[in-house]
Amino acid sequence: MKRAFPILAVLTALLLAYAFYEAIWVAPMERTMGDVQRIFYYHVPSAWTAFLLFSVNLVASVIYLVRGNAKADAVALVSAEVGVVFCTVVLVTGPIWARPVWGIWWTWDIRLTTTLVLWLIYVSYLVLRKFSDSSQTPKLAAVLAIFGALDVPLVYFSIWFFRTQHPQPVIGGGGSIDPRMLHVLLINWLAFSCFAFLVCWSRYRLELLQREVEEAESLESLSGVSQ
Amino acid sequence: MTVSAPETSVAASIIVVRNLVKQFGRFAALRGVSAEFGAGKFHVILGDNGAGKTTLLRALAGLAHPTRGEISILGKTPHEACREIGYMAHPSLLYDEMSGAENLRYFARLYDIAGDERCDEVIRLVRLDPELARPVGKYSQGMRQRMSLARAILHDPKILLLDEPFSNVDVHSAREMVGLLKGMRDAGKTIFVVTHQAALLEGVADEFVWMRAGQIVERTAHLTPDALTPDPPRAGAQ
Amino acid sequence: MSSLRSITLATLTKDIRLEWRSRDAINSMLFFSLLVVVIFSFSFDPNAEESREIAGGLIWVAFLFAAVVALNQTWARELRNQVLDAYRVSPAPANALFLAKALGNFILVSVLEAVMAPLFVIFYNLRALGPAWQLIPVALLGTWALVVNGTFFAAMSLRTRSREIMLPLLLFPISIPAVQSMVEATRILLAGDGSARFWIVLLLTYDVVFTTACLALFETILQAE
Repeated sequence: MKRAFPILAVLTALLLAYAFYEAIWVAPMERTMGDVQRIFYYHVPSAWTAFLLFSVNLVASVIYLVRGNAKADAVALVSAEVGVVFCTVVLVTGPIWARPVWGIWWTWDIRLTTTLVLWLIYVSYLVLRKFSDSSQTPKLAAVLAIFGALDVPLVYFSIWFFRTQHPQPVIGGGGSIDPRMLHVLLINWLAFSCFAFLVCWSRYRLELLQREVEEAESLESLSGVSQ
Repeated sequence: MTVSAPETSVAASIIVVRNLVKQFGRFAALRGVSAEFGAGKFHVILGDNGAGKTTLLRALAGLAHPTRGEISILGKTPHEACREIGYMAHPSLLYDEMSGAENLRYFARLYDIAGDERCDEVIRLVRLDPELARPVGKYSQGMRQRMSLARAILHDPKILLLDEPFSNVDVHSAREMVGLLKGMRDAGKTIFVVTHQAALLEGVADEFVWMRAGQIVERTAHLTPDALTPDPPRAGAQ
Repeated sequence: MSSLRSITLATLTKDIRLEWRSRDAINSMLFFSLLVVVIFSFSFDPNAEESREIAGGLIWVAFLFAAVVALNQTWARELRNQVLDAYRVSPAPANALFLAKALGNFILVSVLEAVMAPLFVIFYNLRALGPAWQLIPVALLGTWALVVNGTFFAAMSLRTRSREIMLPLLLFPISIPAVQSMVEATRILLAGDGSARFWIVLLLTYDVVFTTACLALFETILQAE
């Protein structure tokens, strides 16, 4: 397992470099948007990766609540942290892309808004973990993750209906994608997923070590008292 | 499952604790406590502040979840056995704005105890007046402690866990409470008392359990001066 | 089931009786709500045409703030003398406590709204152009949506540092679809353009989903120290 880590790291680096090359030089230029559209190869894979990580968080949270397995909790924590980072990338690249293309930084588009709410929910999840005093923090966090997951479809529907009532500039949607662009997109997604997995893995190991240290320290602190 | 053997000469263990660890962040309040406690005995838990006495009691009551280790009370988890456990904490666990009787009537509902007779009976048992309309917040400390004990024994539990029942109580009231507890022990209850006033219980208690740094270091039948200051090597022994 | 109902009722009666004796929470909260209405009236000119259009949003945001202050008090009484521990060591079902607290908050927040709503109507000279009776289900469902999760997250915040600030941080993100539904439904009913049915159904769905989730998970929260 330990030897796999550097191998994976090197592979990920190569894959990321290749994906970058593909996105910047190989992918065809979009007719109307020009080079700005290339941000698409970062925006969309980040979004997919973030959603994937949030799904992992939900599954891990449920497993933790059912089985009480501390490793599941560590997975939940790590996937939420890394997921928030990728989600932030989505929210930052979105407006950068939108400004030159649509002339506005932000629109209450269904995908953008759902992503924003998702980001807010997971930030509150991390804040809870940070501020909780309880030795039962993992349980509270897992419960919040489930509440967040239940909320997402409701957010989606409410924005979908809101938008049908308030006509706004039609953005994206429909339209087909050039197969070469799709190819580059998928390569980028693969690279991003590998990168996310790598970060999660090392963060996960760190988290487990930190917990071990904390436990050892807690026992240590007492033997100090007794002397 | 613990087999209940009522007529054996050796008292059956009513509580079994195995390798209990309770960690609060970077501090462990319990550090591998293992013990068995016999039924119908009066146990006194002693130790310095921070020795883990209150945490042990809270774990037995099902309020603190151990990080590791197991607790078996009558063969069940503390939460499952909650009808058999009476818990009295350092704070009163009573609503200050309500009278003693009103408090007990509310808690009686939580235990599915119908009618007010049991509440009045328990209040008289701790030598208070069920008719007293004064809110608990305006009771004297001694009265409040006794009302708190009344709440703990309301559902007639087999096991009593009492955290500092005599703190800030005048000697006379404390003696009265000790007499009451002795009577309950003689009636077959298992009693645990965490206290700093162990002298009050000499001759009444069956066992003194000494805790230090999150572990049980010694269990004695008497409150000997030797036991009061256990020498370091023995205390540090694993 | 019968013990769930009788304990819920006993706890609710106890809370109402205690509140009636001190009247601390309700008095300060009524005054707080009044202040919110007045400050909103200064901030958003009530005579302006646009104000009518955004009144739905104003009202609900004001209610939301008042509700958070009320919800933060939910568990205060149970923390004094650690009475909550007495509930935790008893065999009483956790959900009875949750339902009693949620119902108590529902009553409290409804009273606040009943006081604030007429003030908004007077200050903003509001008149519903749509079917006004539909505002009642919107208010009831919307209030329940806020208090059910609010009561739950207030219990969760008990285990955190800076408890009072944690509640809105947890509650607001999850409440976004509910708030949007209330605001939109109210706006439609006040302006009389179209049907508010979708929003009422969405609110109802939100209530059902989260009431179920709260009842399923409250025991976990209560038993966490």
